[in-house]
Amino acid sequence: MIEDARTPKGDPVTTDTQTPATREVRIGADAIEAGANRAIVEDMAALPSAVSLRDVNLYYGSFRAVRDVTIDIPKNRITAIIGPSGCGKSTLIRSINRMNDLIPSARVEGEMLFQGENVYADYVDPVEVRRRIGMVFQKPNPFPKSIHDNIAFGPRVNGARGNLDNLVESCLRRAAIWDEVKDKLGESGLALSGGQQQRLCIARAIATEPDMILMDEPCSSLDPRSTLQIEELMAELKEKYTIVIVTHNMQQAARASDFTVFLNMDDDRAGYVVEQGPTAQIFTNPTNQMTEDYVSGRFG
Amino acid sequence: MASSSTSVTTVAVRRTLAGHGPDWRGIVFGLLLLGSLVATLGILVTLLADQLVRGIPVYQERGLDFLTSRLSSNPATAGIGQGIVGSIIMGILVAILCFPLGILTAVYLEEYAPDNRVTRFINVNIRNLAGVPSIVYGLLGLTVFVAFFAFLGFPNNGRNIIAGALTLTALILPIVIITSAEALRAVPRSLREGGYGVGASRWQVTRKLVLPAARSGILTGTILALARALGETAPLLLAGAILGTFSSPGGLESILTGPYTVLPMTVYDWSRKPQEEFRELTSAAIIALLLITVSFNALAVLLRNRYQKQ
Repeated sequence: MIEDARTPKGDPVTTDTQTPATREVRIGADAIEAGANRAIVEDMAALPSAVSLRDVNLYYGSFRAVRDVTIDIPKNRITAIIGPSGCGKSTLIRSINRMNDLIPSARVEGEMLFQGENVYADYVDPVEVRRRIGMVFQKPNPFPKSIHDNIAFGPRVNGARGNLDNLVESCLRRAAIWDEVKDKLGESGLALSGGQQQRLCIARAIATEPDMILMDEPCSSLDPRSTLQIEELMAELKEKYTIVIVTHNMQQAARASDFTVFLNMDDDRAGYVVEQGPTAQIFTNPTNQMTEDYVSGRFG
Repeated sequence: MASSSTSVTTVAVRRTLAGHGPDWRGIVFGLLLLGSLVATLGILVTLLADQLVRGIPVYQERGLDFLTSRLSSNPATAGIGQGIVGSIIMGILVAILCFPLGILTAVYLEEYAPDNRVTRFINVNIRNLAGVPSIVYGLLGLTVFVAFFAFLGFPNNGRNIIAGALTLTALILPIVIITSAEALRAVPRSLREGGYGVGASRWQVTRKLVLPAARSGILTGTILALARALGETAPLLLAGAILGTFSSPGGLESILTGPYTVLPMTVYDWSRKPQEEFRELTSAAIIALLLITVSFNALAVLLRNRYQKQ
């Protein structure tokens, strides 16, 4: 019944019935309460997963940043990773598409299964992993190129040739920024406002047709209005992509995500999963006292 | 009552706002700063004015003739034509040899090399090399490059402009590497991450994102290094540039393998000549050398401004 209520390829009825409810949630003062009202509470384990982490340990040199993480990230859902500062949320999300390979001392133990294959297996090309699992960063980082070239860059480095105007337009449309930039595609992406830059970065991320988009605190440098735009965009994008978002903002996790993973850290500063489950449950009826303390703002 | 209490407050406020009188230490410090500036500029202006006063009459008298004439022991006909041609060819050769080598080395060290003890050791020593006196590079030029060309049986005992260019390349290579590496390091990590995030390989990120972003810094640094090379005399004294007169070489082959000189060598040579007339010629040659150096610096600034706008 759960599946019926949701995905099937943007069935207009489904979308229509969903939108007002979600909008109310966003505008409503108490997002946490509203999250609980969301009718659909799915079982995380019952859904097909896009990425499965199995006993993942992440290290920087000898320092263990993340300990024994096992999560199944459901396909076509938004999964939020929350937790106090320094608990390894960013490290965890960046390890999914092997972004942490760029840090020389970073090391991974355990399995990170993407469509059944361990992305850290010897034969896997990290470049290909990153094309399949796109990323949006904390601070908007458009390339110092034109808006058009920002989108076209990914497809081009992955071998696309010829005129990419149609692709650029469709990506910008899907990222809900087309109307704002359609008359200035030749201008620098850096000339846009912060919120526009971040949506440009999302458009850039979907231009390579990934299966999954990782968002590392995508709204932390944005104003509330841009933040809402990004959240609405995420809700639309999950029709097609699996989204993982790291956020410091608990209201955001409550408003925008379907599932929530709560990380905390021990005295050795290694982050571990305290609790994971449907967002409504994590925020209203957590099983762990620590989760309850954190989501109600008593620490973190 | 009310008015008197107001005035008392006003007085107190006024006293507070007036502060503690003039800040003498601050004033002395400001004067010291100004004095340093005046002293520095003063030396520069004096030198420049001295050379201009002595050199400009030569240009007024001889005009273009001085720039195109050959070296001669007769001050009335001596010119800097061979020096200018030598310097231009030297500049081109050094640029061809030094820029690719230096920039590629910097890209390797910054983007490709693992950050381990060996890399750090190399980095430190490149910095040390940049501090080695230029005469030492002259010795290197003589004992390695000139000897090499002599061994291969080149005319003029291997003292050709290619050996000189290799010597100057060795001299400025560390500077080119350091400035290029710094320009690459200044490229924010977020730009690289953006590139990797859409599935670009290291080569693509370096070639299409990092190098364009570092372009203005790299160009500025390398052009300034080249300007320094063109002003050098000491290493070329050892590495085979000609002091005194020689007949101009003919074709390309003899330009590259025959005797050569460069502008700073002409300046050095003339400054040692006994005839009083050569004093003025020396100043005139210095003006030409300064113009070449300044135009190189101007080019560097121009390129930087142009690429920074993008």
